[in-house]
Amino acid sequence: MRSMSVSHPTTHELLSQKGFRLKEWLIERMLVAAGITSIAIILLIFLFLFKEGVQFFKTASPFDLIGKTVFDPYEERHVFKMMWQAVSVLPKYSLIPLICGSLLVALPATIIAAVFGIGCAIYLSEMASAQLREFLKPTLELLAGIPSVVIGFFMLTLAASFFQGIFHTKFRLNAFVGAVGVAIATFPIIVTLVEDALRAVPRDLRDASYALGATKWQTIWDTVVPTAISGISAAMILGFGRALGETMIVVMATGKAPIVTGNIFSSVRTMTANIAAELGSVAQGSEHYYALFLVGSVLFTMTFVLNLTSEIILTKMRRKLRM
Amino acid sequence: MNGTTTLSIPNLRFQPTDWIESLWNGLLRLFAIIPLCVLVFILGKIFSNGAETITWEFLSKTPVQGMTEGGIFPCIFGTISITLLMILMALPLGVGAAVYLVEYAGQGFWVRMIRAAVNNLAGVPSIIFGLFGVGFFILFVGRNIDHVLRTGLLFGQPCMLWAAATLAVLVLPVIIVSTEEALNAVPQSHRAASQALGATKWQTIVHVVLPQARGGILTGAILAISRGAGETAPILFTGCAYYLPRLPVTKLFGVIPMINPLDQFMELSYHIFIMATQSMDAEKTLPIQYGTTLVLIALTFLLNLAAILFRMHFRKKLGQVSLQ
Repeated sequence: MRSMSVSHPTTHELLSQKGFRLKEWLIERMLVAAGITSIAIILLIFLFLFKEGVQFFKTASPFDLIGKTVFDPYEERHVFKMMWQAVSVLPKYSLIPLICGSLLVALPATIIAAVFGIGCAIYLSEMASAQLREFLKPTLELLAGIPSVVIGFFMLTLAASFFQGIFHTKFRLNAFVGAVGVAIATFPIIVTLVEDALRAVPRDLRDASYALGATKWQTIWDTVVPTAISGISAAMILGFGRALGETMIVVMATGKAPIVTGNIFSSVRTMTANIAAELGSVAQGSEHYYALFLVGSVLFTMTFVLNLTSEIILTKMRRKLRM
Repeated sequence: MNGTTTLSIPNLRFQPTDWIESLWNGLLRLFAIIPLCVLVFILGKIFSNGAETITWEFLSKTPVQGMTEGGIFPCIFGTISITLLMILMALPLGVGAAVYLVEYAGQGFWVRMIRAAVNNLAGVPSIIFGLFGVGFFILFVGRNIDHVLRTGLLFGQPCMLWAAATLAVLVLPVIIVSTEEALNAVPQSHRAASQALGATKWQTIVHVVLPQARGGILTGAILAISRGAGETAPILFTGCAYYLPRLPVTKLFGVIPMINPLDQFMELSYHIFIMATQSMDAEKTLPIQYGTTLVLIALTFLLNLAAILFRMHFRKKLGQVSLQ
């Protein structure tokens, strides 16, 4: 009976069906290709940054990246100097002042953003009413949507003088001003991620804590935050990565003096600011040009490792909380 | 028996943690309020300082007198054209990738790799995209096109095409993530119903899934445009011009006017940057800087607000659909 009810397809139908399958197959391949694009782009970024970056070593030694022994006319002797001074008779390409500058901006920025970000996220997820959340979340998105050049402009024209008035610093533009600007830019990212981590904590745990007689604050401090701690640390690592990579704010607000210092009120130059300030005026294929790509490679590797670490922590946390 | 229960209640009420409790409450509220104040302060300052500069002349004229006077029309034009070009490149790619991830891919090794790559791409510093644009798009792709087509030095130099391509790479994660979210929000039962009626996978996607996810995809596109319009670092070296006496337009076949993707361009965010840091007389041009900043902020805010409202609207609508 069954075989009788099946009508045999004509050749034409078979052909069109085949065409149909071919179309579906083609579309699927194209979508796979689109999916692979992001992997390809990450690989291409690696490839092209390093391809240009390693050519620096054709003319310079790896030790130049730490420092160079040069004759100092003031002290009248040879001294070992860790300097970035690319446009000079004897160019110096030490990465130490740049990395130092980047850390001096990114670390305080992450700390400021994390203190406010974690506080704000706890408030949003544990205390705020539903209406307040409805209002605060889009506002945070608007804050995240402010272009970094606008924050940089604000720090440069208004906030820098304000902070100089408070702290009486030597330089109007310094690492601290940059750090505050970067913190403003990093804050929404940290809030969003920490809030996600807090919301992923199962309700049962909170209820159990309340049932044992704990107050709201005790529940937050002893139950919710410890459970979400890996998510919170992932958020901070990611925030640190963003702070390291922030460009326009630091170009405009940190003063750009490449010096090795631990003073947060000193003018500093970060890796990002260095590339932004110098790549425009450099001859393609020169030692200086390759040095800038090398700085880019170092920066990219650092942020890549930070992003990956945060990603791995988050994946582990999700797996744990799902159990 | 009775005594223990009545005892425990006053104990709870008058714990010494009470004042700590209210202290922390207040502190956390402060942490939420201070950033809001910062946001309001930044916007307020820029608005109050920039509002008087904004006139029709300012929006429609080109800069004159070595950019110390005149308007910012070329910057607005450049920003709009580059974001259009960017979204044309990024949207098909991003939506395609998201459709693959949600509708076709399972949970294999490659899918995990793609997700990791998308997340990492979102965290790559914007200046790195600028370097990538120079190293890959201009020097590798552009120079090779010139070599093959024998066009001299046409593609292998900074221009709008490569700046837009660089920005497209930058906003790709934004589009992928929001499209994924939109696709996941479409109820699984709709897909099953479509396939039960004999539709193929692709027919289901085109006629059932994508129409419902349209709102979410649109939201992603708007967010991407807003992000692209505000970025400066990736276009510093890939096509932005300090000053350009002409608009980047050309005539297709000598008659139809169109944006010239092979020309350099002026751009709002770049204009703010150079006016604030490299201008001959930064004090004198301060009104222009505030005005330009206000225009850029207004542009990105309107786009973001539109995206947020769109998302709310479509989430509500999808919520109704899945309830039915």
